[in-house]
Amino acid sequence: MSAPFFEAHGISVQFGGLKAVDGVSFTVDKGEVFTIIGPNGAGKTTVFNIVSRIYDPSAGKVVLEGEDITEVPAHRIAKLGIARTFQNIELFEHATVLQNLLIGAHVHRTTNPVAEALFLPSVKRAEVALREKVEEVIDLLDLAVHRDSMVAGLPYGARKVVELGRALCTRPKLLLLDEPSSGLNVEETEDMAFWIEDITKDLGITVIMVEHDMTLVSRVSDRVLAMNQGRVLAMGSPAEVQRHPAVVEAYIGAPAGPGMAPLEKAS
Amino acid sequence: MRFIFKTRYEQDINLFQHGGQMFWYAVLGLVLMAAPFVVSSYVLTQLSQIFIYSIVAFGLMLLAGFTGQLSLGHAAFLAVGAYTEAVLAIAGVPFLVSVPLSGLFAAVVGIIVGLPALRVKGLYLGIATLAFGTIIEEIIARAEPITGGNAGLMVPPINLFGLRFADGPAFYYLAFAFALAAGLILINILRSPTGRAFVAIRDSEISAQSMGVNLAVYKTMSFAISAAFAGVAGALYAHNIRFLSPDQFTVVQSIELIMMVVIGGLGSIHGAVYGAIFLIALPQAINAVKPFLPLFLSEATGLQPTIFGLVLVLVVLFEPLGIYGAWLKTRTYFDLFPFYRQGMFRRQKAFQKSDRLK
Amino acid sequence: MQFIQLVISGLAQGCIYGLIALGFVLIYKATETVNFAQGELLMIGAFAGLFASTVLGLPYWLALVAAMIATAIVGFGLERVVLRPILGQSAVSIVMVTIGIGYMSRGLITMLPVVGTDTHTLPVPFRGEVFRVGGLVISAEHIVIIVTTIVLCALLAALFRYTKVGVAMQAMSQNQLAAYYMGIPVKRLSSLVWAIAAAVAAIAGILLAPLTFIHANMGLIGIKAFPAAVIGGFTSLPGAIVGGLIIGVVEQLAGFYLIEGFKDAAPFIVVLAMLIFKPNGLFGERLAKKV
Repeated sequence: MSAPFFEAHGISVQFGGLKAVDGVSFTVDKGEVFTIIGPNGAGKTTVFNIVSRIYDPSAGKVVLEGEDITEVPAHRIAKLGIARTFQNIELFEHATVLQNLLIGAHVHRTTNPVAEALFLPSVKRAEVALREKVEEVIDLLDLAVHRDSMVAGLPYGARKVVELGRALCTRPKLLLLDEPSSGLNVEETEDMAFWIEDITKDLGITVIMVEHDMTLVSRVSDRVLAMNQGRVLAMGSPAEVQRHPAVVEAYIGAPAGPGMAPLEKAS
Repeated sequence: MRFIFKTRYEQDINLFQHGGQMFWYAVLGLVLMAAPFVVSSYVLTQLSQIFIYSIVAFGLMLLAGFTGQLSLGHAAFLAVGAYTEAVLAIAGVPFLVSVPLSGLFAAVVGIIVGLPALRVKGLYLGIATLAFGTIIEEIIARAEPITGGNAGLMVPPINLFGLRFADGPAFYYLAFAFALAAGLILINILRSPTGRAFVAIRDSEISAQSMGVNLAVYKTMSFAISAAFAGVAGALYAHNIRFLSPDQFTVVQSIELIMMVVIGGLGSIHGAVYGAIFLIALPQAINAVKPFLPLFLSEATGLQPTIFGLVLVLVVLFEPLGIYGAWLKTRTYFDLFPFYRQGMFRRQKAFQKSDRLK
Repeated sequence: MQFIQLVISGLAQGCIYGLIALGFVLIYKATETVNFAQGELLMIGAFAGLFASTVLGLPYWLALVAAMIATAIVGFGLERVVLRPILGQSAVSIVMVTIGIGYMSRGLITMLPVVGTDTHTLPVPFRGEVFRVGGLVISAEHIVIIVTTIVLCALLAALFRYTKVGVAMQAMSQNQLAAYYMGIPVKRLSSLVWAIAAAVAAIAGILLAPLTFIHANMGLIGIKAFPAAVIGGFTSLPGAIVGGLIIGVVEQLAGFYLIEGFKDAAPFIVVLAMLIFKPNGLFGERLAKKV
């Protein structure tokens, strides 16, 4: 059997005395949707920040396709094929949706600044080519209506989609989605679920996501990892993890009794 | 109101969005070309000065308006360019060689000044650049053998292919050409990946980084380009003013430069030009109305700074996008007439968002 | 001996920088705005003191108090009229407004008929007096500066530690919105902080007056106080004073021991070194954005 597509090996990180993530290990196979769940403060986003190299882990390593990426600087991550979204949306507010998506395609630039300053014909051709790729994402995510709108004026749901689109424009192999459905209404969450399925099935992109909405988790995930206080509680299929006593205890605070209903998003 | 139906991606990339735009720019170009035949030589010198400050404004707009890096030491880059040009011109170096060298040297200084930008942000960066500006001013004042120190330095006229560009119209056309080129370069950078990376850094460093933008490289590049623009402008400035002394490039001038882009409209290329016009035209306008003012006002040396300060405060309070924003609103008003609504451009009330964590 | 002499005058000068820096830090902590007009508030304070002692004929210490009150009202008014409407705008916009206020105050003061662009002398009771301790000659002006600074710092420390208003201000400096939700009158406190910062500036102005005279451009000294605030970390009140003292002493020593020109550049060289090697200053808190 070949090496796994993605591997986190005993990663830990400390803030002062607090161990935010403590020896977390997991592997993700190619084409899988792998979800990390857990109560607030469990260290889920911190795991993302380690993988996308915003934080340095104090121990452990992160491996993508057999290559150790633990020491890679954050701006090289996109080039390696990892893209991410942010929990609280980090878009380029004072730019249009189209410009945001084009920045997503930044790693695929083929022109140099000198040629750009003169705007040589080659730059123009490259820009059109870049635009064509971006338009594919716009089509996929139905963003055409917002194409020339400023991000600052968009409703929350649309921003979430733009952020997903921006991540897709980097043409990633691995997509990290930090709470893709938070703040979305039922209909928008439904759309998001469809897109996540499209992304994995049609585009062949592996997805790791952090999510609270258990309906969405059960629907799209192949495997689920439950965390609490920086440690792994359980890992397995969505149904298995939801029934796992440690997971139930972490959410509800009491040992699981028989016949306990599976967790639903409190809303 | 004009609707443009786009059928090709090139339409978003091209310099002019539609024929009307091209027409008006052509008219403006012709008017500016004809100016030397109409206006007095004094006005012509002032117009040249506007071109020169437009170049500075383009550079500073790129840095402050599009990359979000505050520079409170920009006069130092102007000084580096001006003195380099003066010293090279005195040594007999031809203009076509000395101008690029002035820009290049200013860019090198810009890279050094930009170093703190890799570690600090926002106001801290402002203070770091202010510190650099003061130090550079001090160096120029003390390097007497080269710069003439506080006594100043006379600058010989431009010598280009044996032609002398000392007089009004010739220098005016030269400054016009340089301003046009600088504007084009700025537009080109902004409509290509480098410019988008700058905007990304301005709006969110953390996600710019995750999109593959190397913050150190692009911040340094922004400082270098911005300083190079100021350096070239400084070279022209040296020939337009013909006398350099350190007190032309103090912190106060740096602050006036940043005022220029804020009043013009941060984040807008047009705004840079409006700001330059404002900076050069305001003192002239004040001089023009002085005879009609009561004595205590017209005698006061503080009249100009007061009006400057007042305009700045009013702009930030009521027109955050500066002169460009005012123009935008006026145009929208007429475009939509009679359907313009009062609240269309109203800003949201907000609490202080923490900048410490940007 | 020469060295100690220089250090003492450096400390006195440093107290002035420290007091201006204190104003920066007070306003920055409470409202996250760097007040580029702090130097101009100092100038206004000095002129207010001049007015109180020459026109109204108040004795020195009463003139000091009167100047504090007058400048505090100016600071309060500025916050209320100019800064509050732009609360929540980008830091650069707010900084530009304070720069604009600085320009206006500098210009307007020259329009006052008797003030103009002249330099004025503030009458002080201890002018020219010196104390001799061993071989040291210490001028009374320097002692007054240092003692007043110490007293003022003690008062401010007490205000922040023991009064309800002080504690509320601390809360506000941590998180404005949260403080607002907890029922702290954030807007009124912002005005109050500006008033306090302006009063501190007035004291600095009156202390500075015997050293440099009073004139419209005396506020430009504020530019040298930025390094002081940065060295202190920009969020620490004791840090501001320590930073001021460092800048004052470094400037004096550089002016004496190094070649001409270093005196004016020295504070900026120190602050650049600080920003490159320890950007959070001596006492600053280290913060990183959460995503």
